Amino acid sequence: MIETVRTGGIVLLVLAGLFFTLVSTTGVLRLPDVYSRAHTASQADTLGAGLTLAGVALALGWGTTTVKTVLLLVFVFATNPTAAHAISRAAHEEGIEPWTADDDRTDEELYEAARARVPDGGQTGGNTTTADEPGEQEETG
Amino acid sequence: MIPGLSGDLVTQVFLLVAAGFMLLAVAMFYRAIVGPTTQDRVLAVNVLGTNTVIVLALLAVGLGEQSLVDIALVYALLNFLMAVAISKFTVERGDVL
Repeated sequence: MIETVRTGGIVLLVLAGLFFTLVSTTGVLRLPDVYSRAHTASQADTLGAGLTLAGVALALGWGTTTVKTVLLLVFVFATNPTAAHAISRAAHEEGIEPWTADDDRTDEELYEAARARVPDGGQTGGNTTTADEPGEQEETG
Repeated sequence: MIPGLSGDLVTQVFLLVAAGFMLLAVAMFYRAIVGPTTQDRVLAVNVLGTNTVIVLALLAVGLGEQSLVDIALVYALLNFLMAVAISKFTVERGDVL
């Protein structure tokens, strides 16, 4: 009886992890700009990895390997959002504008705009570019 | 094999789910190749590395090789270091974290 519950729990956890990783992959492939992609990569992918590693830890039973798997789970939970935060902050300092709903530019055009505005690789920084950003959007929209 | 585990069902499910994760990782290569900004590529490779870690952990049970969990642990550490280092050194000011 308890073995049946355990097997069912393992299968359920692993399949839920696969589902959330599918959601994350769809988001990274289909969302419009780098910030929303970083969002789905940090949240849905972390949840999928956590659920799958919980299933693995449940399947391994008691032992040293289970301790390592739980350590891996905690580590993935801590580092995956941190890495996504670092990546999106690097994108902000590169001068890439966030995509908005009333903006019909694609991500390639936003990237080209950032490259044209900061020709020498971000010497002027992100603060001056974000300061005049709302005025530009009101003119285009 | 792992002691106290009932039947081949869990092994089969783990191998199938590992195959599914491999398919998702291959799909993620699209963003790593196409994605217009450098940060898009770094993000895609980061998600690919997380998928690799999960596949290694699943194969540790599916193949009964428990040492693969150690490899997954080292891979997760290197993956995080890769993402932070590339984000830090591709921008000019470099204080991303």
